[in-house]
Amino acid sequence: MSVLVGHHTRLIVQGITGKEGLFHAKGCRDYGTQVVGGVSPDRGGSEVEGFPIFDTVHTARERTGANATMIFVPPLGAADAILESMEAGIELIVCITEGIPVLDMVRVKRVLMDYPGSRLIGPNCPGVITPGQAKIGIMPGRIHKPGPIGVVSRSGTLTYEAVGQLSALGIGQSTCIGIGGDPVNGTSFVDVLKLFQEDPETQGIILIGEIGGSAEEEAAAFIRAHVTKPVVAFIAGQTAPPGRRMGHAGAIISGGKGTAAEKVEVLQQAGVTLVANPAEMGLAMSRRML
Amino acid sequence: MNIHEWQAKELLSAHGVAVPRGAVATDASQAAALAESWGGRAVVKAQIHAGGRGKGGGVKLAASPAEASAMFEKMLGMTLVTPQTGPKGRVVRTVYLSETVDIERELYLSILVDRGSARVSLLASTEGGVEIEKVAAETPQKLFRLAIDPATGIGPHHARDVAAALGFHGEVFKQFQGFLVNLYYLFIKMDCSLVEVNPLVVTKSEAVLALDAKIALDDNALGRHPELAKLRDPHEESPEEVEAGRFGLNFIKLDGNIGCMVNGAGLAMATMDIIKLCGGEPANFLDVGGGASEEAVKNAFGIILRDPAVKAVLVNIFGGIMRCDIVARGIINAAREMDLRVPVVVRLEGTNVEEGRRLLAESGLNLRVAEDLGSAALAVVAAIA
Repeated sequence: MSVLVGHHTRLIVQGITGKEGLFHAKGCRDYGTQVVGGVSPDRGGSEVEGFPIFDTVHTARERTGANATMIFVPPLGAADAILESMEAGIELIVCITEGIPVLDMVRVKRVLMDYPGSRLIGPNCPGVITPGQAKIGIMPGRIHKPGPIGVVSRSGTLTYEAVGQLSALGIGQSTCIGIGGDPVNGTSFVDVLKLFQEDPETQGIILIGEIGGSAEEEAAAFIRAHVTKPVVAFIAGQTAPPGRRMGHAGAIISGGKGTAAEKVEVLQQAGVTLVANPAEMGLAMSRRML
Repeated sequence: MNIHEWQAKELLSAHGVAVPRGAVATDASQAAALAESWGGRAVVKAQIHAGGRGKGGGVKLAASPAEASAMFEKMLGMTLVTPQTGPKGRVVRTVYLSETVDIERELYLSILVDRGSARVSLLASTEGGVEIEKVAAETPQKLFRLAIDPATGIGPHHARDVAAALGFHGEVFKQFQGFLVNLYYLFIKMDCSLVEVNPLVVTKSEAVLALDAKIALDDNALGRHPELAKLRDPHEESPEEVEAGRFGLNFIKLDGNIGCMVNGAGLAMATMDIIKLCGGEPANFLDVGGGASEEAVKNAFGIILRDPAVKAVLVNIFGGIMRCDIVARGIINAAREMDLRVPVVVRLEGTNVEEGRRLLAESGLNLRVAEDLGSAALAVVAAIA
């Protein structure tokens, strides 16, 4: 089964004629994803590296039956690209773009309420991969391996770290989802935990959080009430000083709130196994699975 | 991006939000003249990007033009230490003078993006002039919050809600509505991440004024506000951080002695955490980003090695988009140019990892290659033990 992404995925790429967009469109195709085309304004009708190009998402969807999109549009145009794909009826929207103005995302988040058929992952995220089936994103496919663990994270490379540890121990992954490091994003930890809990193939969950905001606290409350599968978590930024933004727009301890210690405590109370050492995420999961 | 009080007040004023009269003085005689023009008295205010200025002697009341002139002389160029600057303090390069007002009430008002509701939120309190975090922690009932639906924006009823929460009546109630609506539109139009008016004052003559103002702008939106990008004051940022920003790197100086170079913000934080867990202290946070070039890696390495506090370096790269051979070349080039005086532990993983490790091993430099995150952290801490 797995969640969100799989053999059924028919992907288009918005911003496919940019360097990164094209590179990763090919990367997804090489991994086995059905990449059915790309969108690049005023380039419609042409073809790039075997991908048919369309002017608009609407046309691309009509002609290809696309049900997913991956967005590489530059930051100041990315919110518009998300809105375009929602209005065109795309079901899964994965926005890789980093650096979108937060007020743009406030608007997008509000409009999403009117499009219950669309799900947004990101922005500022590595994407989603169902190992052995398909990927939508920029993650290195070869470190993954099909299996029973769902991985959800606010951070890109730290997700790779967790996946690398699992695979090295011979433990595969059902689906790995990077929800992104921005303060306002589409899909939350809670949304993903719900998917993993309902997915029969997922037997354990690794949750990778970080300082700032209250997404981990909300996750803890949901886990306590609804999740019966074992959960292992790591919270990045245990040593981060308050008031400084740690790379991600969302990773900041402000007014004494959003500290790693608080998040660790509520997750532990919810029955989650917390690892203090990021090199031990895979090991902790393997112990919980015994 | 933070801006100075005087810049914030000019923006407020330009958007119809009332502030006391004020101006930046360039010399002592101008400071005296300003005080003179306001009837002899003035508030003399040091312009640095940190709060708590009053506690460090950065806000003074001058009772005469001569006093304003003397205070200006003393303040300009002084190193101001406040609870928010750290022990080193900040050099005062600009002094702003403002007219004095007769204060009837001091209150608090701010606008920010609330992550929980994913909406722009108004925060108001009858407790003005104090740290709002303190109010939130100790007397949360005195903090009024209101999230604005982005589909509608602010309406008169929102303004009435806040005015009522602050206990306004009559003329002040009416005036405040315009004040708040204009402040909200400034926030939206300028892509702010924070607008804080603390204190918001009501004068004895029933005027509503922003006595102090702090504005933070969304860095991600500066591309569509070229006029705001000019408000940046590089003196308020550390030289290393300015340099790192030029190369698209994310750098934050910390107090320890183990330099870190990592790709990705989450992994960079995790690397700091594991160093500490192994008994070491990180000297910095440095995220070279996902698609950093050989040049960026070289610059990042250079910034770390130039810090005299750094006694060892841990490079931790999990290549997703990044190729390990490119990272290895960047490290080797930087190390050759910079006279490698400290041990360097390199952990590389991902695309072209074999090629990257081979380049490092054959470089003839004092680079230790670690296989995974755990052993890399232990190795770098052991290197300076």
